Amino acid sequence: MPDISEQTLLSLYKTMFKIRYYEETLGKIYYEGKSPIFDISAGPIPGELHLSSGQESSAVGVCVHLKPEDAVVGTHRIHHFAIAKGVDLKAMTAEIFGKRTGLSAGKGGHMHLFDPKVNFSCSGIVGASFPQAVGVGIAARQQGADYVAVAVGGEGAANQGTFHESLNLAALWKLPVIFVIEDNSWAVSVPKDKTTSLSRNSERAKAYGIPGVYVDGKDVVAVYEVAKEAVERARNGEGPSLIEVKVYRLRGHFEGDAQVYRPKEDLEQAMANDPVKYLENQILSRNLQSEQELKELQNDIIAEIDEIIEYARQSEYPEPQEALENVFIGGD
Amino acid sequence: MARKLPMYMAIAEAISQEMERDSSVFVMGEDIGAYGGIFGATTGLLDKFGPDRVKDTPISESAFIGGALGAASKGMRPIVELMFVDFFGVTMDQIYNHIAKVTYMSNGNVKVPVVIMTAIGAGYSDAAQHSQTLYGIFAHVPGLKVVVPSNSYDAKGLMISAIRDDNPVMYFFHKGLQGLGWMPSPEEAAVEVPEEPYTIPFGKAKIVREGNDVSVVTASRMVYEALWAAEELEKDGVNVEVIDLRTLVPLDKETILNSVAKTGRLLVVDEDYLSYGLTGEIIALVAENALSSLKAPPRRIAVPDVPLPYSRPLEKFVLPSKEKIVKLVKEMM
Repeated sequence: MPDISEQTLLSLYKTMFKIRYYEETLGKIYYEGKSPIFDISAGPIPGELHLSSGQESSAVGVCVHLKPEDAVVGTHRIHHFAIAKGVDLKAMTAEIFGKRTGLSAGKGGHMHLFDPKVNFSCSGIVGASFPQAVGVGIAARQQGADYVAVAVGGEGAANQGTFHESLNLAALWKLPVIFVIEDNSWAVSVPKDKTTSLSRNSERAKAYGIPGVYVDGKDVVAVYEVAKEAVERARNGEGPSLIEVKVYRLRGHFEGDAQVYRPKEDLEQAMANDPVKYLENQILSRNLQSEQELKELQNDIIAEIDEIIEYARQSEYPEPQEALENVFIGGD
Repeated sequence: MARKLPMYMAIAEAISQEMERDSSVFVMGEDIGAYGGIFGATTGLLDKFGPDRVKDTPISESAFIGGALGAASKGMRPIVELMFVDFFGVTMDQIYNHIAKVTYMSNGNVKVPVVIMTAIGAGYSDAAQHSQTLYGIFAHVPGLKVVVPSNSYDAKGLMISAIRDDNPVMYFFHKGLQGLGWMPSPEEAAVEVPEEPYTIPFGKAKIVREGNDVSVVTASRMVYEALWAAEELEKDGVNVEVIDLRTLVPLDKETILNSVAKTGRLLVVDEDYLSYGLTGEIIALVAENALSSLKAPPRRIAVPDVPLPYSRPLEKFVLPSKEKIVKLVKEMM
């Protein structure tokens, strides 16, 4: 076992379990009001919903090394990073429910979460995160500060021009940026081997003269180790790194996706590599916690999340005319 | 033989028939193969034509949309899909500096028979980056034809015309008209569609309801909001004429001007943003050519220059609707 304390390991587990329970709970609530005929516009959570179950380790293994002043710039599937980065979960959940108590008072929604207090942002446009993280790196340089930026994208996003332009610029200017590619094998319905000329995007780091590592996200500790080095490197002014984490998409691209394109074996393989279960087994087999202790720990988290969900449900919707506010700072 | 088809099936059928007729037609885009297009517009094409002619692409829009231009220059007739119009920022240069201009810059020596199709529209809480109706941007740039069908009959005929056109055509289908089952869509959009191929000429608007009191000029899903408003207004004795533009470029100026000459009142309804767009364009057309026939100032309803908000009450507040049309028409009378 690598150099990681029991306390840290348990803290990683808590965040991973919290993310999993949160996502699976939203995954149930999403279908409320959408039956018997599925209607994407109906229910307490309308619109698209992209859940991160199976991808927890990349967020948790990376964000544990970050401080509030470090930035995470994310994608459409990002609740795991938001939680691991310490985004105000009550306000984030209210936002997903379209309520006035939300991060953006209902204007943003699940793909557009902004919490400047912890320097978290995301976007519904694939590949948009990379240049913005580079910009955070530029600001750190201009300000002589030691904060770093994490850019998150899927393996599909690594075929966007923005990815390559950003890697080059970050390398050229030795910016404090950690590029995290989550390889969940699927760009919506298209498998990685049908979209990407190399089997590993981490290899692409060579083209820009920076370190590139591929790591199996089944084991959060492996991600933890790799990310620790990359964050230290960035913070010490040694420049950017690229980490590709193999993650496992346990649900559809979005909720309501029947996944007809996905072989059964692929989903089974993903489930066999579930990082939350893997860590749970580690904890139990090494007697870090008894089953009873683990259960209690889980129950505390479940109660916390349930309370947050209830808060979001009970919150008021914004007044319709609030739609016209905040197009510009200071009004028009 | 005609049968009722939802719009997504009419589009897929049009593409399929043109692919059978012409081996230079092929399709590229994200999730257009096994998935059949996120909004169903390429349903069944992969099974029928195989992966050489129905190509799933990486998320590399500059490459495959710029690629469509290159393929067209060698005699192919590519159809490319990019899921949502909101995503076009990532490939805009290939479209507005190249696909739109190559014919002109080459003095007509290079043909660009490319169809770019994408989804528009709001109304289901998909928020600011997945709900826009940005056809105005493309209509603004010279060199792109802009097609906006409102029902399955028009969708098929306009798609076949688009594929056969030697110019680049932007083809915008509204998510809320496709008839996908999982997305609300007016029943009226799924109409009878002949099985055999047919074309609908560009630049011919359709008067979908005749009336003498006010001309409502609109397109795409707003056609139905206008029709529903017209039914309600009829109870108050107001006869509304509703014009479905069907194509924005070329624009059927004649039909608009004739209608306004008859009614003397103009309301333009648009799901795109209000300023610098379709509504201003139509009103300018009428002001320049038929000002003296207007009995009341022309009016417009569109998204009031804010991004599309996520939360349901906020989104409803900014979208044009039957209720807003009824209210404004009453003010105009």
